[in-house]
Amino acid sequence: MLEHELTPRPPAPNGGPRIGVYVCHCGLNIAGKVDIEQVVTFASTLPDVAVARDYKFMCSDPGQELIEQDLRDGLVNRVVVASCSPLMHEATFRRATQEGGQSPFYFQMASIREHVSWVTADGEDATGKAKALVAAAVRRVALHEYLEPRKAEVQPDIMVVGGGIAGIHAALVMADAGKHVYLVERESTIGGHMAKFDKTFPTLDCAACILTPKMSQVRSHPNITLWTYSDVVGVEGFTGDFTVRVRHRPRYVKEELCTGCLECIEKCIHKQGKFEDEWNEGLSKRKPIYIPFPQATPPVVVVDPEACIWFKTGKCPQTCIDACERDAFDFEQTETFDEVKVGAIVLATGFKTFQAERMPEYGYGLYPNVYTSLEVERLLNAAGPTGGEVVLRDGSEPKVVGIIHCVGSRDAKHNLWCSKVCCMYSLKLAHMVKERTGAEVYNFYIDMRTPGKGYEEFYDKILREGVHMVRGRVAGVTDEAASPEEEGHLVIRAEDTLIGSVRRIPVDMVILAVGITPQPDAQDVRRMFNISCGGEGFFTERHPKLAPVSTFTDGVFLAGACQGPKDIPDTVAQAGAAAAEVLAMVDRGFVMLEANTAHIEDELCSGCKTCVGLCPFSAIAFDEERKRASVNEVVCKGCGVCVAACPSGAAQQHLFTDEEIFAEIEGVLAYV
Amino acid sequence: MSEPTREDAFEPKIVAFFCNWCTYTAADLAGISRMQYAPNVRAIRLMCSGRVDPQFVLSALREGADGVLIGGCHPGDCHYQEGNYNARRRFELLRLMLRDLGIEDERVRLEWISASEGDRVQKVCNEMTEQIRALGPLRLGTVPKVDGERASPAPATELVGQVTS
Repeated sequence: MLEHELTPRPPAPNGGPRIGVYVCHCGLNIAGKVDIEQVVTFASTLPDVAVARDYKFMCSDPGQELIEQDLRDGLVNRVVVASCSPLMHEATFRRATQEGGQSPFYFQMASIREHVSWVTADGEDATGKAKALVAAAVRRVALHEYLEPRKAEVQPDIMVVGGGIAGIHAALVMADAGKHVYLVERESTIGGHMAKFDKTFPTLDCAACILTPKMSQVRSHPNITLWTYSDVVGVEGFTGDFTVRVRHRPRYVKEELCTGCLECIEKCIHKQGKFEDEWNEGLSKRKPIYIPFPQATPPVVVVDPEACIWFKTGKCPQTCIDACERDAFDFEQTETFDEVKVGAIVLATGFKTFQAERMPEYGYGLYPNVYTSLEVERLLNAAGPTGGEVVLRDGSEPKVVGIIHCVGSRDAKHNLWCSKVCCMYSLKLAHMVKERTGAEVYNFYIDMRTPGKGYEEFYDKILREGVHMVRGRVAGVTDEAASPEEEGHLVIRAEDTLIGSVRRIPVDMVILAVGITPQPDAQDVRRMFNISCGGEGFFTERHPKLAPVSTFTDGVFLAGACQGPKDIPDTVAQAGAAAAEVLAMVDRGFVMLEANTAHIEDELCSGCKTCVGLCPFSAIAFDEERKRASVNEVVCKGCGVCVAACPSGAAQQHLFTDEEIFAEIEGVLAYV
Repeated sequence: MSEPTREDAFEPKIVAFFCNWCTYTAADLAGISRMQYAPNVRAIRLMCSGRVDPQFVLSALREGADGVLIGGCHPGDCHYQEGNYNARRRFELLRLMLRDLGIEDERVRLEWISASEGDRVQKVCNEMTEQIRALGPLRLGTVPKVDGERASPAPATELVGQVTS
């Protein structure tokens, strides 16, 4: 509802700027702090302002209609909306301005919510600051020049980085829609963490049974180019037109020839596995030539040059080569590179689990029978080091098992966040360990967090199975017995906060429910893709609620745990959402580019070349004959560095001209 | 001595130039997180801290600002690869000149604030407001009152208008 409407002033006779100022209440988000009436009255007194109005929600259809109608009626020809941050709704109001028949760039936003009402304690102060920001926007928009929106074509192909369940799902959705997808995975197989699990909560369906069909679909899909053992080493360009450089590391086996018969592994000169098997979390040994797990995709063996005798000594009968009927070996292989053009990128780079060594009080690495949850996942897996048997290091079955929750999570000394999946997977492990060994299982938890479809029911089921639950953070794990019955056991010391006493529980096996942490190289990755991440290292989405899969860098999308801890259902949902957003963008065929590129006023250019060397994108060319610089506006990304440096004022930036910024400075200082 | 009232207490005016990708976004985050801070800082959004022409700083001071805050991405994090390094180089040169003009270091500040550091926006804005409140108004263009009369504008003003990057 319109609450204040001032009599519109007649348009200036010279057809100059007639500015409409629209102040948003945002319900009580702004109106609860800022005196809207004062701001509207103030705005109406500013030079060139023809109309000043307010509305409960400017971003709503009727709110936008107010603007469009005033533009169509010719009352105004430039628009200022004082509401939320431009990062939130600039696009909305630019569109409304365009719908009203004006260039969308005859628009300026004053952020009186994020920058005023939400951060200012005192209402009077807030109103003053809101006025200043409105004054700045009004002065600035009066100087805006006519600009046409720029369109750029979108490259039809798409890149997905990371081949866990997130990347797999996103790639399949987009490939099924007929897009060509490059899926890049740095390991030798896709599958990610999910491929290591035996069962998934809360349904206890087998991870491999639901994942491996998707993995082979990826491999056989005509629209997917799968690059494993590869990483992205360079990204250039902008939304709709990225050039991505991918490095393929040598496997020393020709991927197109290897059939995955594994004869070569059998015939390797090493009769036994001797080297730590990373896939099994170091719980078993592999040979220098190996495949991570039977359903690895692609099913191609890898030679580890650090372990292979041929690479180390040059002296080996190379029985592997003899064993290969397809002549797939190529010990001369080197790194190769590919460069592809893609319109959009989905980052699904996943997570790492918390390093249990960082909490020495739990004895990981000190006591052999303290395991991480991921290690136990491998023990439980039929394709794992023990063929699915849960056994201690000496091969015996544990009779009592303790699972410690929140290892590295919800801990001011390590990571503050809740890793979201540990309560549920701990319950799953409790169930499975009990099922396989009949052991008594104790869960030590801080709080049980089981929100999700069927999750609380699963918790209830586990309780009824007789799993012991002890509420309290574990102080430590020790092998020092304090009584005869503790002799020869590990002892978990914890405060049981429900009975209000400290307990010592002797167990045979300790499982540490390690939390989810960002990938160690998340910083390098985000720099390469030009996105941001939080202090903890998870990639930052564009908006925590309304844009959870896009990033501040247009054309780069997020899926899965690289954005924050997530379980499999959430990861798949987010991957699907990312795929849908990419498809929407690619199918439209074009993207609208920011108008804020730089240009050089030819007659003012003195030919000093200061700008040429400063441009990080080599967008400025210099004509040696005429001694003038010029900007290639297709390449220019609009940072404005050249503009700030130009000594003669010849370089200018659309939407950020010197005059516009000077006007904004005067504006913010005009009212305190 | 009477308590200063709202009217006569000195409230610093601080103009901030925030880059779109890091510091402006961090200020949005401060908002979303409802972190209260001094209303004295008014942010102007630029695409990159590298767009900050030293003239913007000088112009702000000339137009009545008591301080200027420049916020950009951390080194290595610039959305445009190296704009913040340009900002830093210009800032160091500008600082030398501001010192010559007798403008205290605390009044013009360059801060790296990433998109996730809403709390840092709050801290820096509050800190700077307090520091400048303690320093008092900039009084550029005037010299201290002599015999109750206000002298003509100091040469500093003239200088300010002439500077180019």
